[in-house]
Amino acid sequence: MSNELVQFLSVVAPEAIVGTGICVVLLAGLFAGDRARDATYLLSMVTLVAAAWVTGSAAPNGSLTGGAFVVDSLSVVLKMFAYAAVAAVLVYARAYLVGRRMDRSEFHLLVLFALLGIMVMVSAGSFLVMYLGLETLSLALYAMVAVERDAPMGAEAAIKYFVLGAIASGCLLYGISLIYGATGALNFTDVAAALQTTTGARPLAAAVGIGFLVVGIAFKFGAVPFHTWLPDVYQGAPACTTLFVATVPKIAAFSLALRMLGDGLDVLASDWRFLLGAVAIVSVVVGNLIAIAQTSIRRMLAYSTVGHVGFILLGFASGGAEGINAALFYTLVYIVMTMAAFGLVILLSPAGQEADAFDDLRGLNQRSPWFAFLMLLVMVSMIGVPPLAGFWAKWWVLSALLDAGQLSLAIVAVLFSVVGAFYYLRVIWLMYFEPPAMTGARMAPELDLRLLLSVNALLVLGLGVFPGNLLRLCARALGAVSG
Amino acid sequence: MGIVDVIFGFNALVLVASAIGVISSRNTVYAALFLVLSFVTSSILWLLIEAEFLAIVLVLVYVGAVMVLFLFVVMMLDVEVAAVREGFTRYAPFGVIMAGIVVFELLTLFWARASGLPIAAELVRRAPDASNTREIGVALYTNHVFEFELAAFILLLAIVAAIMLTLRSRPGLKAQDVAAQVKVRREDRVRIVKVPAERGE
Repeated sequence: MSNELVQFLSVVAPEAIVGTGICVVLLAGLFAGDRARDATYLLSMVTLVAAAWVTGSAAPNGSLTGGAFVVDSLSVVLKMFAYAAVAAVLVYARAYLVGRRMDRSEFHLLVLFALLGIMVMVSAGSFLVMYLGLETLSLALYAMVAVERDAPMGAEAAIKYFVLGAIASGCLLYGISLIYGATGALNFTDVAAALQTTTGARPLAAAVGIGFLVVGIAFKFGAVPFHTWLPDVYQGAPACTTLFVATVPKIAAFSLALRMLGDGLDVLASDWRFLLGAVAIVSVVVGNLIAIAQTSIRRMLAYSTVGHVGFILLGFASGGAEGINAALFYTLVYIVMTMAAFGLVILLSPAGQEADAFDDLRGLNQRSPWFAFLMLLVMVSMIGVPPLAGFWAKWWVLSALLDAGQLSLAIVAVLFSVVGAFYYLRVIWLMYFEPPAMTGARMAPELDLRLLLSVNALLVLGLGVFPGNLLRLCARALGAVSG
Repeated sequence: MGIVDVIFGFNALVLVASAIGVISSRNTVYAALFLVLSFVTSSILWLLIEAEFLAIVLVLVYVGAVMVLFLFVVMMLDVEVAAVREGFTRYAPFGVIMAGIVVFELLTLFWARASGLPIAAELVRRAPDASNTREIGVALYTNHVFEFELAAFILLLAIVAAIMLTLRSRPGLKAQDVAAQVKVRREDRVRIVKVPAERGE
């Protein structure tokens, strides 16, 4: 092999592994027929392990010629986290899919495609690569929402998501084209260099472009006013898809915001900080207010996501390395918390049905004290009560805001997280102080599902008691980017 | 005024006229043919800015393949023209707004030309032996090979998703099982029944 090819492959090795895994799973699903049910699941897991091994053993620095694709400590940390999260999603989804006779190979295939998109976005060094990664992720997500195509709600959610997502992609692309027009560059480093020497109409064109980029970022995060797809998708999609859509793509959204705005357009930071701050604070307010009125647990979690996303974006808006560090910490903690919450929703969904109304949570303590306790941990963490992980996440975002002198934003954020405590507490009330609505048998899910859910929820507690390790990991990951 | 300007002016006029023809002709087949004409004229315009390869590809791919397919579809579907035109007056105000935005953008383009943005730079003329095809090949398969491969994966994903969402295995679907057909033996298909011959009374 030529020297250039070796160098190329050494940089994109994890992506190449996942790409190969996709092809293998595709062929296995095609030829193995009904026997593929276990085969594609196991092959997906093998792909994840192999990708994690390659990512971990490769040097954490390198880039393709021209810098369109970079491997740095941030990309390594985010990729590792994405592998773990995807593996957890596959385990959660397995019992659900088998119980509904939906365990065809397509779900695993689409999850791997989405993972490929996330990995590309995490490592993107240019607008073009970022956009291609985003499209890979988005297309896989649209298809995953519609995976149960005969369910009317799933189809409706998929159409809404697809149309709105296409508009958001268009906005993002238009913003990219404006920035390309202003700077003549697509790589983030080149864009940043070109903006250093700006004169004439260039800053104006770039600032308008930033406006469109923020629209795309806000849509991918699900921030107000681009959040309308979230409740429908969370409620309409099968629970295993919801679990995926709600968690792992947020890693990609974080990278989308950090690499495009932080790396490429840092010179114009005052412009995008203002926009993100506005979007963020409206998200915290609207998300927490509307969540109170929900009667479906999934819609409630969707609006609670909007509130959490507001906090993540507040970290960006506060500016400085500390704020971005807090945003990364919040993103990772949010993923762990949300995964546990939706894992429980999957667990509560009896075969052939979807746990959706609050009634399904009623009296959970009598049916299963352990799972009720785990859900209690997650809900309390989402409120932001010490010593759980959610508390530290909120704490560091707020302290970054205060350091940046944005007292009013911090006060509004705190006020509305107190408002948000109401609907989380209602879940706890239903679980512990209400009689069970249905006289179902005790839940006896598979061992791997029970084990994973326990580990996942206890991780929320563990990260809360010992937040230092994760925070140091975040700081080390970001050190390569901001310094 | 050189010959290039004459060619440009003529083709630009034909392009605009055929573009208007695409949206105004009542017959859908004529509209598709007008679209073919606009593709051909724009490919001549591309030749003028020395993008020879793209000009040829435009004719080969769009005129030769895509539009022919399009014509087939149009002829087969037999679209009801009147039904398509129903919403015209209802959407007219929106159309006027869009037209206003486009006119505004065109005016800003003239302003941008004076403002020194990189897009306003003069066309870089190449040497006569510079290979357009080679440059595009190098850009696509060497400099941007990673993006190229990614696009391939997006297409694969689109195929998988489209098949997943549309392929239905209906109950009672009659399909051939070649292996079973080959393996079949005489005893499976033919039953020899001894029928006692009837005796005449």
